[in-house]
Amino acid sequence: MTVKLMLTCLCDAFYGEVGITTVRVLEHAGCTVVFPKQQTCCGQPPFNSGDWPAARVIARHCQESLGLHEDNPVVTPSSSCAAMIREGYPQLFGTDDAPLVWELAEFLVHELKITSWPRESSDAVPIKLVYHRACHGRALHLKDEQEMLLRSIPGVELESIAQPEQCCGFGGAFSITHPTVSSGIGLEKLRNAADSGAEVLVSGDMGCLMHLNGLIGKQGIPLRTMHFAEVLAAAIPSGVPA
Amino acid sequence: MAKATTDSVRSASALKTTARLDALDHAFPDPEAARQRAAEIKAYVLDNLKPRLLQLEERCKANGIQVHWANDAESAREQILEICRQKAPDGGLIVKAKSMATEEIHLNAYLEEHGFQPVETDLGEYVVQLDHDIPSHIVTPIIHKSRRQVAEAFDKEGLGTYSEVPEELAMQARQRLRTYFQQAKIGISGVNFAVAETGRLVLIENEGNNRLSTTAPEVHIAVMGLEKILPREADLPLFLQLLGCSATGQQLTSYVHLISGPRKAEEDGPKEVHLILLDNGRTRVLNGPYRDILRCIRCGACLNVCPVYRQASGHAYHHVYSGPLGAVLAPALEGVEKMGWLAKASSLCGACEEVCPVKIPIPRMLLDLRNEANEKGIEEQPAPWNLYAAGAQRPWLWRLGLKLLPLAEQLPSPPKRAWEESRTLPQREGRSFRSWWRGRS
Repeated sequence: MTVKLMLTCLCDAFYGEVGITTVRVLEHAGCTVVFPKQQTCCGQPPFNSGDWPAARVIARHCQESLGLHEDNPVVTPSSSCAAMIREGYPQLFGTDDAPLVWELAEFLVHELKITSWPRESSDAVPIKLVYHRACHGRALHLKDEQEMLLRSIPGVELESIAQPEQCCGFGGAFSITHPTVSSGIGLEKLRNAADSGAEVLVSGDMGCLMHLNGLIGKQGIPLRTMHFAEVLAAAIPSGVPA
Repeated sequence: MAKATTDSVRSASALKTTARLDALDHAFPDPEAARQRAAEIKAYVLDNLKPRLLQLEERCKANGIQVHWANDAESAREQILEICRQKAPDGGLIVKAKSMATEEIHLNAYLEEHGFQPVETDLGEYVVQLDHDIPSHIVTPIIHKSRRQVAEAFDKEGLGTYSEVPEELAMQARQRLRTYFQQAKIGISGVNFAVAETGRLVLIENEGNNRLSTTAPEVHIAVMGLEKILPREADLPLFLQLLGCSATGQQLTSYVHLISGPRKAEEDGPKEVHLILLDNGRTRVLNGPYRDILRCIRCGACLNVCPVYRQASGHAYHHVYSGPLGAVLAPALEGVEKMGWLAKASSLCGACEEVCPVKIPIPRMLLDLRNEANEKGIEEQPAPWNLYAAGAQRPWLWRLGLKLLPLAEQLPSPPKRAWEESRTLPQREGRSFRSWWRGRS
């Protein structure tokens, strides 16, 4: 199956490895990946801030550059960007037309029917992970797709986190307009993550991880973060070039 | 805010969030179906509000309940005062059960100005009143207070020997409040549900003070927002259970009162029951884009689960209604010009909608409010989005911008300062995707 990659602005600007590992995961799952080069942003930053005229300009470019209404599914390593297109665009344009964009784990589980990773036997990678469920998964009605795949990786121990429904505090412009509340929420999340005893905090959205990493860096919290796609890619038996 | 306050709000909220889930699972074979059913019933009420209100009025009157319509807070206050004066021309004691509608119309201050002495009899509200404070939560008004603060308030009021033991404090309040219940000629309460089909007023509580406030005095005045209607008696079990589970993690509260009017052949009970139907902006909300917020049954679950509420506590919202509910209801009732800033105080995480027993799409309405505020030019934007959009629709400019990003990060700006207060700036990590992709094909 040929799929189009929606990279997301954060992976375009800062986190190229997440894009690279997403391609690697999709290819390992048997897909041919194409990258529409004219893509930029989905428009969520101005949409969430209330500047809908600016958001509409970007949303139109996003739909055209990704060919959202054409064949071949669009897959993105971010529930936030997928939710913007599926839930946000109909609200932004006042239509019922919700273009289908898949979040990576959602695509693997529901479209490709993959229920364990990396699908064939591989060496166990002993690692304790704790998982943060990105809030925009709610808008996509995601359940435990990411956790299920993470848990299926040989050697991975997924520790449970207290108050899993709580946000990372990022919220886009909210992190700038309400920095104290935003950081307070993030630190609470990190406390719960650190209390789980895990070494690595995993999430499926670089928005959350950018915010949590910023707090980890400034406050010296003993945790490191990985994107869901990076964990999946690390579990693919070596010998397959990225 | 003091750390003790935020810690107390956070731990109490987290406890109730967990208790809510357990209670729902025990009360309903399919909690999701129950929420869906409740949402549909409340949507029906809003779609048929006028005929259902007229039906309620008619059935209430048939039951002997006197019905008064109040367009705004002032009208409600005046009509309540008039009823009070008829019973007690010289003023005096009024016992009050917990009611957000009376908080909304700032009734206590008004009655005090006019020679009455309203006493809050809900334990939390009583503490709030003694401290000249305001409630910080619609269900648990002193969630922001410690037991020491309660002890100090009771000590100052002379309720008994200083104690920080909750049971002893409750007993001290109970003894004092008993004397008020015995003296007061008038009791004022809110309404949790009013059943249009039968004209019955439904109140729930855990302390028993509602029962005394509505039965011991000769006059009972109930104040309710127009939207609190349920069509049929048969809807009650669903809503009583949903409200108990969502508010306090109880499948049913300790007391449920079904008030069908004043005393008839009985020896006790109030001689008069009055119902104040409070509009105060609700009709306007009903006919606008935020009408779904009127489905709210005031359970407070969205406050308890909200990460922003847990950090900021209720007083930070500067409105009677706080949390996600307040962030929509306050600007909807009073206009985005005055309260629109509240809609920005959210990370849009969606936990509120997930727990709402009547499935109110709160995040969606917060976005609509932000759009309305932007269209009216009320709030300053945190970034020049026109400029950002100009770059985002021109891929060459976008790619150039990405190259220049490390330079831009050196420049001082208010957003950068706000971010860096507590966070390090994001750095490019590892390879660039676009370079890697080019090298590959």
